[in-house]
Amino acid sequence: MPPESPDPRQHVSRRSFLKGAGGVAAAGGALGAAKAFAAAPTTERLSGTVEIELLVNGEPRKVKVEPRTTLLNALRNHCEPPVTGPKLVCDRGSCGACTVLLEGQPVYSCMQLAVDCTGRAVTTVEGLAVDGKLSTVQEAFVAHDALMCGFCTPGFVVSISACLQKNPKATREELQQACSGNFCRCGTYPRVFEAALDAGRKLQGGR
Amino acid sequence: MKAFELLRPASLEQALELLPKPADRERVRVVAGGQDLYTEMKDRLIEPDQLLDLKRLAGFDRLEIDGAGNVTLGALLTLSRVAEHAGLRASLPLVGEAALSIASTQIRNVGTVGGNLNQRPRCWYYRHPGAHCLKKGGSECFSKEGFNKYNAILGGGPSYIVHPSDLAPALVAAGAEVVLAKKGSSRTLPLEQYYTLPRDGDPLRETVLGSDEILTHVRIPAPAAGWKSTYLKFKERGSFDFALASVAAGLVVEAGVVRSARLVLGGVAPIPWRAKAAEEFLAGKPAQPATWREAAAIALSKAEPLSDNEYKVALSQNLIERAFTRLTT
Repeated sequence: MPPESPDPRQHVSRRSFLKGAGGVAAAGGALGAAKAFAAAPTTERLSGTVEIELLVNGEPRKVKVEPRTTLLNALRNHCEPPVTGPKLVCDRGSCGACTVLLEGQPVYSCMQLAVDCTGRAVTTVEGLAVDGKLSTVQEAFVAHDALMCGFCTPGFVVSISACLQKNPKATREELQQACSGNFCRCGTYPRVFEAALDAGRKLQGGR
Repeated sequence: MKAFELLRPASLEQALELLPKPADRERVRVVAGGQDLYTEMKDRLIEPDQLLDLKRLAGFDRLEIDGAGNVTLGALLTLSRVAEHAGLRASLPLVGEAALSIASTQIRNVGTVGGNLNQRPRCWYYRHPGAHCLKKGGSECFSKEGFNKYNAILGGGPSYIVHPSDLAPALVAAGAEVVLAKKGSSRTLPLEQYYTLPRDGDPLRETVLGSDEILTHVRIPAPAAGWKSTYLKFKERGSFDFALASVAAGLVVEAGVVRSARLVLGGVAPIPWRAKAAEEFLAGKPAQPATWREAAAIALSKAEPLSDNEYKVALSQNLIERAFTRLTT
């Protein structure tokens, strides 16, 4: 059972949000749409099960979560169909297999509360491909056979994509720095960075 | 993670109102980036009923440098923004270097200045859900007689944790102050005085932050003319890790003579460890390798290693020599 699954002792259907602002405003607040009530902001309270809307790879996804539900768990276990690119490994922000982009910045999705991600663009490895065509970084991983078991691959691809997006001329050292929070226990690092450097060259226009 | 209620105050005033009474301190926890707090919650080291979320408070995520060069860091600034700020890197390189040395890109993109300064110890007994150690209200610090490779060589007892922050030693060396807000007022104190040794205060805590207070800003005075600084960190694992030992060093050298020096050690004591005797020794000495070697010896002369961490003495001494060499060559 996932660690944030409902505790049977808790009354899980309770929804209490914007104190004193009524149920409609409350639900809207959780969906990030209660702008009309922003004039006199009060403390927002979230507990029990809440319905939120995540923006995953450009698509709005409504999910029912608890405040303790991580973004990773929301993506993998609460979205329908599930978003399984980000992987659950350490669940402690140590390994990088769950890396996603939040507003374009790499973060550990196991270390984000899903309720904190409403109104912010979430991009997983699935969202890097355009119109079903693999991205330059993804193609380079295939061309360089830059994986063995593949479990860490989505995280590496996301971290490298963010780094090259910022600077396609990133050096091997800069790419390694960008990936210092991603671990590959098969030890495919040499090919990962060959693929990353190759992708960088292609993104600069040199085919 | 145990279920909790998430409170999102819309203002600092509301946040201060929601702070718990001292008796409820463990029941309500303040969160910003959560990159340390969530790990404690996932391991059930703490099981708060409420999280008081500060990260949506407006105006506390700014990095400002005034005309005179004084720096203000909002507590909600991410570590990435501190690490990447060109102006800060130019005037106070040790702060940017320390920020960049923290954890990984993913954590720096989320972790905050306030959270980094207030993070909890990494001692494996503290982090072990089954070990009811002194830091968790137990009766003894297991590291004293147990596995203590990562523990303190200075300022230890009755707890032998080391303070895990990289930013803290750098900011202490830079003479930074912290602003602590409470209902209706605020106080400012040197960051150096913010941290407490376990023997001087409550062993359950690392700082003097009151249960009715929130750290809102860090202020760094403009560095003196000619002040050069650096932060060196030695990690057991190259990719990302906490410091086995680190050194925050600052120096003003005129005509080959040290005018003033700051030296603060990380990873070796329950607080950022200011090596005052070494700082005093350095003033007026020729800027040369023999001086650095002697200063390093003085800085560690009071070290009391435990059974498995004597290596930290030589490691710290070498880092000190390396830091001052870097600043003068």
